Amino acid sequence: MANYQYTPADFKSDQEVRWCPGCGDHAILNAVQRALPEIADATDTPHNRFTFVSGIGCSSRFIYYMKTFGFHSVHGRANAVATGVKVANPDLAVWVCTGDGDSLAIGGNHFIHAIRRNVDLNVILFNNEIYGLTKGQYSPTSKLGKITKTSPYGTVEKPFNPGELVIGAKGTFFARSVDVEVNLSKECLVAAAKHPGMSVVEMLQNCVIFNDKTHAQFAGDKAVRAEHTITLRHGEKMLFGADHEKGLVFEQMKLKVVTVGQEGYTLDNVLVHDAHRRDTTLHSMLAAMKYPDYPVALGVIRDVEDPVVYDAAVQRQVEEVKAASRIHCVDDLLRSGATWEVE
Amino acid sequence: MEQTSVRELQDVVIRFSGDSGDGMQLTGTLFSDTSALMGNGISTFPDYPAEIRAPQGTVAGVSGFQVHFGNHCELNPGDYCDVLVAMNPAALKANRKWLKPGATVILDGDSVTEEHLKRAGFATTDIVAELKLDAYDLVVPDITSMTREALKETGLDNKSVVKCKNMFALGICFWMFDRPEEHAMEYIDAKFLKKNPAVAQANKLALRAGYDYAANTHQFANTYKVAPARLEKGTYRSISGNVATAWGLCAAAEKAHLPLFCGSYPITPATVILEELAKRKDLGVKTVQAEDEIAGICTAIGAAYAGNFAVTSTSGPGLSLKSEALGLAVMTELPLVVVDVQRGGPSTGLPTKTEQSDLQQALYGRNGECPVAVVAASSPSDCFRFAFEAGRIAMEHMTPVILLSDGFIANGSEPWRIPQMKEFPEIHPPIVETAPEGGFLPYVRNEKLARGWAFPGKIGLEHRVGGLEKDAVKGCISHDPANHQKMVDLRAAKVAKIAEDIPVQRVIGDPEGDLLVVGWGGTRGHLQQAVGDLRKEGKRVSLCHFNYINPLPRGVHEIFSRFRRIVVCELNEGQFAAYLRQQLQEFRYEQYNKCEGQPFTIVELKEKFYSLLD
Repeated sequence: MANYQYTPADFKSDQEVRWCPGCGDHAILNAVQRALPEIADATDTPHNRFTFVSGIGCSSRFIYYMKTFGFHSVHGRANAVATGVKVANPDLAVWVCTGDGDSLAIGGNHFIHAIRRNVDLNVILFNNEIYGLTKGQYSPTSKLGKITKTSPYGTVEKPFNPGELVIGAKGTFFARSVDVEVNLSKECLVAAAKHPGMSVVEMLQNCVIFNDKTHAQFAGDKAVRAEHTITLRHGEKMLFGADHEKGLVFEQMKLKVVTVGQEGYTLDNVLVHDAHRRDTTLHSMLAAMKYPDYPVALGVIRDVEDPVVYDAAVQRQVEEVKAASRIHCVDDLLRSGATWEVE
Repeated sequence: MEQTSVRELQDVVIRFSGDSGDGMQLTGTLFSDTSALMGNGISTFPDYPAEIRAPQGTVAGVSGFQVHFGNHCELNPGDYCDVLVAMNPAALKANRKWLKPGATVILDGDSVTEEHLKRAGFATTDIVAELKLDAYDLVVPDITSMTREALKETGLDNKSVVKCKNMFALGICFWMFDRPEEHAMEYIDAKFLKKNPAVAQANKLALRAGYDYAANTHQFANTYKVAPARLEKGTYRSISGNVATAWGLCAAAEKAHLPLFCGSYPITPATVILEELAKRKDLGVKTVQAEDEIAGICTAIGAAYAGNFAVTSTSGPGLSLKSEALGLAVMTELPLVVVDVQRGGPSTGLPTKTEQSDLQQALYGRNGECPVAVVAASSPSDCFRFAFEAGRIAMEHMTPVILLSDGFIANGSEPWRIPQMKEFPEIHPPIVETAPEGGFLPYVRNEKLARGWAFPGKIGLEHRVGGLEKDAVKGCISHDPANHQKMVDLRAAKVAKIAEDIPVQRVIGDPEGDLLVVGWGGTRGHLQQAVGDLRKEGKRVSLCHFNYINPLPRGVHEIFSRFRRIVVCELNEGQFAAYLRQQLQEFRYEQYNKCEGQPFTIVELKEKFYSLLD
């Protein structure tokens, strides 16, 4: 492991942070800046190789607050721009800051295709279930019936669950955290950085102005989170509750919440989390768990290594063809194939 | 029986036509490549429907490939043909209007059936009367049945056998024009031998059978000799516009010592550029076949930010989709080449037909004051030079450049004297290696007004750019009114300054006269011939043809002011004329425009010029 001895301050730019007071983005910025020194060491990435790419939206201002290379693109296109950056230079550690509008609405196509290709990007998906920068319209993750400026009588469209979308597109890494859980966020970010291939970390983020407390029913405070969320860790039992008294079991093709010691369920019945399982079924079920029937799953839900990582595969193919070809420069190319001489 | 006579010709136009599945593009390509290898000047024009297998036997489904070859450098594929090969009545009907008086028509006799005639819309069974072909040399060999007879020993199924009839037709033409078969044979082997030796053998047999048939029968009154062209000494190859574009981009990357990146989405008629670059991994080219046009340009912008020479290739509808991202490239001042191979529009329009109607989209089709450099190529081989130029301008001036090609020059091919890369200049992008004292500021400019290009990964150069307006000095976000004005002015001045770095505009013909013909891009071959023909008649006509569109080169005012009349000819409704009226308001411009999805004809151009000289 490298030892760069970076501190969070090494990743803070001189720009004044201009999100609303109380916005969840502040905590996410804090988590990222705290995670990067550890990530630099764990992945042997010096400061100059970190590149942050964003789209449009409150979350996409993120890159200006990072003292790294940064590219603030246009609405929805962060994943496409980041794919170009990473393919052009696979040595870079490319991070994408994007929101539920940016990556799941206008940029939905680029999002799923980056996942499909398994480009080695680390995507932080800020999900506040609202359009903040345009001042309060519903987003593709807003709950059905949500009343906003563009849905004054409530939405009549069902939301995406980003986890199901990522796993459905055969994503190789998906984690979820809550903005206020800075340590858990950091843990997820470090795991995402270590994962080869595309990683998506969904940050449940509070928009204090236009969608305050949207995640509060299950994530409001520590006590609520203990009862209504479950933090998954690879190799550990799926337990939650204030005293870890509740667990998840698998019964009749479904996940079920049980209390250990009641109705005949013992600790042995409780599932052990296997984030590395290739099959997507259980990961998808875990990602889909919704309040109030289930605890909302946090932590690294899926972390599967796939041999085909797009940017590396492109690079490898170039090297292989280069080595085998008789064409080494444009002069060779121009004279390849059928030619004739005029005297 | 009549003796076949050998006639010497200066140049010949031959058009191969049939159903879109009849292999006419391949037949035409083999004929033109063979002619090129024999040292003829050639110019080709593939003209095919948008459908891969259009309804058989119908006029709408006819696919054509025209080859103009001769003993001099051919400027265009010719308006009218000396020989028409028609694989069915529909092909004959569709191309009737393109026959030169007295032309030879070779029609597959087996295709003259009631059903085919009906499908092609004939009212009677008398083709000659209905199409008024009395004065033409109509030959009707039974191509399909003779092909079947020649291949009866091969054991191939009927469908595969019939597919070889295009090679039989090619054999006839090879005999008529005294072409050797070797190149075609080698090509057939390369294409089929590994995959299916029986098919390779069958194609070769059909080619040979067609040749022998033509030699043994006395149906053809003449054979023709076309002497090699007197071309400049050197090594030549045949090249199409799209391949030349791809190679020119490779050349620019090599001269800038940067890897080439292409992010594109397949679209007719530009796809071959992406296909060719995908082959060029041997030169280190990375291609991303993106999920859509927007991702094509956005991956390219990301690659440009990361320090590659980045390009995206498309056609008109794709350029529309790329507009917003093009603005991002303007705002972030990154080098980027966008190749637009124009086709008939608007919307899906005429995907396989040519037009020059994207010019104003290229110049203006973005939000905000958003200048980009625009250059246009004039012929298939010219695409190499202007792809290189687009790359040079993009990288040295840190700006997106739109390269306009079109379906006509992209699919057409011509012989090309292969240049040596040492004839091309080195490209010097303003790459920043280390941070200056006080830190790297991304919007500090050099004498060209180009900002520094600092690749991620370089120590101490960490910086942020993006689509929001930036402070002219510090490079951070700025909403200051005076700063925005300043940045708008700077972006415009930077593009305008490119005029100092491109050749002075020249005129073909005398520097003064009665009529100045003005054109741009892919119409040069037709305009140059029409103007040349009139000049031979003593008319005071010259041609001013543009490749650099934005900025315009220096010297244009001086040229325009020496002619009595100016006519701007373009395959649109007057987009360049409108641009000139804005750029050089002191002149009066007449227009000649056409939007038929077809190139100009020499005949119609000359008619127009005569009328202006009266």
